[in-house]
Amino acid sequence: MKRVSLVLTLALAAGLSAQGASAQTLKTVKDRGMLSCGVSQGLPGFSSPDDKGNWTGLDVDVCRAIAAAIFNDGTKVKFVPLSAKDRFTALQSGEIDVLSRNTTWTLSRDTSLGANFTGVTYYDGQGFLVKKSLKVNSALELNSASVCVQTGTTTEQNLADYFKGNNMKYEVIAFASADETVKAYESGRCDVFTSDVSQLYAERLKLANPADHVVLPEVISKEPLGPMVRHGDDQWFDIVKWTLFAMVDAEELGVTQKNVDEMAKSDKPELKRAFGTDGNLGEQLGLTKDWFARIVKATGNYGEAFDRNVGAGSKLGIARGLNNLWNKGGIQYAPPIR
Amino acid sequence: MAIEPRKPPSQFVLKLQRALGGRAGWGGFVLQLLFVAVLAWISYEIVANARANLQAQRITAGFGFLQNTAGFDVSQSLIPYTGSDTYTRVFFVGLVNTLLVSVIGVFFATVIGFMVALGRLSPNWLLSRISGAYVELVRNLPILFQILFWYLAVLAALPSPRQSVSVFGMFFLNNRGLVIPRPIGNPGFEPFVVAVLVAIVAALVLWRYARRQLYQYGRMITTWPYLLGLLIGLPLVTSLIFGAPVTFEMPVLRGFNFAGGARLIPEFVALTLALSTYTAAFIAEIVRAGILSVHKGQMEAGSSLGLHRGEVLRLIVIPQAMRVILPPLTNQYLNLTKNSSLAVAIGYPDLFSVFAGTTLSQTGQAIEIIGITMGVYLLISLVTSAIMSFYGWRISRSMG
Repeated sequence: MKRVSLVLTLALAAGLSAQGASAQTLKTVKDRGMLSCGVSQGLPGFSSPDDKGNWTGLDVDVCRAIAAAIFNDGTKVKFVPLSAKDRFTALQSGEIDVLSRNTTWTLSRDTSLGANFTGVTYYDGQGFLVKKSLKVNSALELNSASVCVQTGTTTEQNLADYFKGNNMKYEVIAFASADETVKAYESGRCDVFTSDVSQLYAERLKLANPADHVVLPEVISKEPLGPMVRHGDDQWFDIVKWTLFAMVDAEELGVTQKNVDEMAKSDKPELKRAFGTDGNLGEQLGLTKDWFARIVKATGNYGEAFDRNVGAGSKLGIARGLNNLWNKGGIQYAPPIR
Repeated sequence: MAIEPRKPPSQFVLKLQRALGGRAGWGGFVLQLLFVAVLAWISYEIVANARANLQAQRITAGFGFLQNTAGFDVSQSLIPYTGSDTYTRVFFVGLVNTLLVSVIGVFFATVIGFMVALGRLSPNWLLSRISGAYVELVRNLPILFQILFWYLAVLAALPSPRQSVSVFGMFFLNNRGLVIPRPIGNPGFEPFVVAVLVAIVAALVLWRYARRQLYQYGRMITTWPYLLGLLIGLPLVTSLIFGAPVTFEMPVLRGFNFAGGARLIPEFVALTLALSTYTAAFIAEIVRAGILSVHKGQMEAGSSLGLHRGEVLRLIVIPQAMRVILPPLTNQYLNLTKNSSLAVAIGYPDLFSVFAGTTLSQTGQAIEIIGITMGVYLLISLVTSAIMSFYGWRISRSMG
């Protein structure tokens, strides 16, 4: 870890000129023939490699959708696994084009890192995982507990705020990687493992007896997770932003991976605009007319990607909740394609 | 016609020429100047380039972040710290933790190292084989592996707080660490400390006096009853007058953990154990080499004077061996300090973990933070070397 961040820092110090002022990420990506996408080191449901080394997950699908929009091929992605600590440096130094790594959107990250959030792929919140044998039913009963947390995350600060706000004492033990954190929790070093709720469900699967552990009902923070791009390239910012919007709009319009070819022939005006049979919205983005169809063909719409990776169709089985469409009780909402 | 001898250049100019340009003279000097200029230009370009690009991308730069509130907590801090303190405070918390592990690690590594070295040189077959096996086993396994071994295999196997191993109901050992009664200073504390200091100084003076009497006049003075009286009696009398210096706060199991008392966290114990045993294996070999470098005749001469083996080692061999031991020993001390940054793997809050880790990812100011951290490790190492050089200088001076 040490070496990675040092190399990245040196690259940042010396090599910024190559990426820095240039506003040609799209051209760079096309020339390279690959999208370079920063993901986690392995978080089931969001980004993790399977036994054959293929990356899957919701964050991964965002990368694939962008690649599909550019190359009409969702496999033209180079995945760069990053620790929570190294992720921003990797984006700043130009090693990756997009950071799609369950990263919480906050004001300070949006302004001081030289990068922008492009949207929200998953509305999350921070929660607590405890052993059932402790017989704890609420996070308010955690006074004097030892808490394991992954360092370099918003989680650490939320934790401090929550315990201070509720006048409770605690001991924090912070580890560099999620695996080390979970191992310490499992070994009994801590009573509690805290992280984003989605991550708690994902990490619980890795424990020896998932059924012995329970996620407490309290959600103590807002954690909107989304992709990030560097400052200074508005076209690239638009492409990444609208790729995600396209996935959400596809769900709203009822376009799925299966019916995308039929829907492309539809006479409905909003579908004609999306598929580029009317107007040239894709070209305005710097892509092709069929960008929308390319994305849906590669990854399906947002709902399909959610189900496949974290929702009912996956091992995690997380309910849609906040992540449902705005007209179905959730808050996922994309501006119209027109 | 007499040939006038050419005037030799004055000594001063010659010396200057040699000092600045080496054998090549003034030409060499110009080359050196050019080299330094190029070096300075490259460093300037790197700094200016990075600064311009950071500005162009509107990445926050500078050291203003050090005044911002950290907003996170740390599991072990020797100086008062809460989440509402600044990043500067976090930096010092990490620095103190790093120094703590380093100093304690260096101490134990030296003690264990010397013991193993003497064991390996001992005529006792079993002792020397055990020491040899220790060195070969410990120095050939990666340090990160050993840290994780102590942390995950040994300390994590201890019982949970509710099933703690209890000693006299005062000390509790569990997988959250070792909980001990915490001393709390009473009004009698300060006079007590003064009394102890006075006793120590008086004892030292007395001891030196006795030694001088022995060396100069051959008079043996029995000092130990006085020393004992000073060291125990004086503090005792003071605490009788001013009241007990400290009372102890007993740890009590409450909720998930022990409340009250002080605690040695397992991260600290695992790291210190791993670093000191690992470095001790190297130190043992250095010490052994140093002792073997002293000529055999020295030992025989000592024995023929009627000294015991221990006395020969202590008075004759080791002082001479120190000259050989010291430089590589310094290297080992530096290695231990730098290896302490592996703390990040087991969640010990050292400088690298809380400052170059958490603070870096919260502020995103990689260049500044990595720069500061590098500077600090450099400073610690240079100070260590300086102290060791001073010690070496004293040894060589005392030997003439």
